[in-house]
Amino acid sequence: MKKVFHIAVSFIVLISIWQLAVSFGSWNESLFPSPLKVVQGFKELMESGTLAAGIKDSLYRFAVGYSIAAVSAIIIGMFLGWFRKLWNFVNPVVQLIRPISPIAWLPFVVLWFGIGDLPAMVIIFIAAFFPILLTTISAVGKVDQTYIKVAKNFGLNQFQTLLKIVLPSAFPFIATGLHLALGTAWVFLVAGEMVGSQTGLGFMIIDARNNLRADMLLASILSIGLIGLILDSLIGLAEKKLLKISGFVPNERGA
Amino acid sequence: MFINIEDVSKNYIQNKKTFCAMEHVSLQIEEGEFICLLGPSGCGKTTLLNSIAGFEKVSEGRIAIAGNEVTAPSTKNVTIFQNYGLLPWRTVQKNVELGLEGKKLAKKERREIAARYISLVGLSEFSKSHPGQLSGGMQQRVAIARALAVDPEIIFMDEPFGALDALTRMKMQDEISSIWQEQKKTIIFVTHDIDEAVFLADRVVIMTPNPGKIKSIVPVPLARKRDRTSEDFLKIRDRIFTEFEMKQKDNTEFYI
Repeated sequence: MKKVFHIAVSFIVLISIWQLAVSFGSWNESLFPSPLKVVQGFKELMESGTLAAGIKDSLYRFAVGYSIAAVSAIIIGMFLGWFRKLWNFVNPVVQLIRPISPIAWLPFVVLWFGIGDLPAMVIIFIAAFFPILLTTISAVGKVDQTYIKVAKNFGLNQFQTLLKIVLPSAFPFIATGLHLALGTAWVFLVAGEMVGSQTGLGFMIIDARNNLRADMLLASILSIGLIGLILDSLIGLAEKKLLKISGFVPNERGA
Repeated sequence: MFINIEDVSKNYIQNKKTFCAMEHVSLQIEEGEFICLLGPSGCGKTTLLNSIAGFEKVSEGRIAIAGNEVTAPSTKNVTIFQNYGLLPWRTVQKNVELGLEGKKLAKKERREIAARYISLVGLSEFSKSHPGQLSGGMQQRVAIARALAVDPEIIFMDEPFGALDALTRMKMQDEISSIWQEQKKTIIFVTHDIDEAVFLADRVVIMTPNPGKIKSIVPVPLARKRDRTSEDFLKIRDRIFTEFEMKQKDNTEFYI
């Protein structure tokens, strides 16, 4: 309840400052729209169905790109984390590619994958893949050696050890990686859609700019922030719940 | 002889210096014996245990169980670790089933075997709990149930009660003693607690550090269940104390 209060106050203050700036400043309304104008633009976007369609397309691309990134990064990360000697060879290449912004690949992505859903998916994939891969590899390295000894003692083979011991024991760290990557990937979704798509939230920004509709522009930007916030809280909740169900967070008596 | 340890040494190389953890250790253990390896830290008792269990390779000498040289951990022998080694994401039931998953058993059979041993250690009503919800003593009992469930020939225990408070510890000693009598397993038990060793062991193997070696072996010919306050118990306890004090007398040159 207290949290709701904090949120309410922070937005009321933000919107008030915004309105005051518009009222007492002497900016052109078409360059710096008032809150009311943005709400109207928002309404227009909703009524025309543009917003719903944009959100739907963006979420679809995001879901596909992020899921493929998560699954492949976890599988490859488990493998590379387990076979450390192999990782020592792969690591330099990963370290070289990792600092490159996913956007830098855009020209290639558009050339190879054309225009449509694919470029945005590929950008999201690149953005999400590396953080998940690296957290998974380091999580595998942090697995308590006692668990590995127990697995050996009970005659589990390598595949069983990876699946039954290493993966669940690394899960809390991997979950953190998934959470962080979700935020990063959402940031890059917009960039991917601004160049490689004709629909989606990113394209709505380009479209509003081309039509000189600052109100719609800001409405689209705020929608992106709002959905990002919702996605982040959802995965945060899922993470907490999963950790609790799987016994990592001791409840009641405590360890 | 069931377990035969012949002139075993273990050297580590640390910072380019060779460190001797265990030197010329020889020991014979019979099937069904309860052996305590007793000594201060650094005496090589855990190294010896890990070597017999197959987790560490010895530098010199030979260890054989039932005639076969030990080279790797075997499913026939189970180690219970000091921090229990329970998987926090699995329930008590699933933890106990872990060792049975490598064997070709029907799911139902696996569940029944696990349930039987969970009830043996008195935790039936907690079978759906996660280890994090249990006290230290209860966690240790889960580890014991998990070890017994695979019906091993030898159980290795590395200071299993080290993290428990004194009273829980004595209760666990009672329990492991009666489980040993019922199940007739060979148990090799590492401890630095003299009372614990006298209470549990058929023979107490006294080890001393720098380098780790066996100083002497004290048999404990007392009937079970043992009385911690009986005269005979205290006599053997005294004898072990003397064994350790002898070590001090050797070092008198260091006193001022």
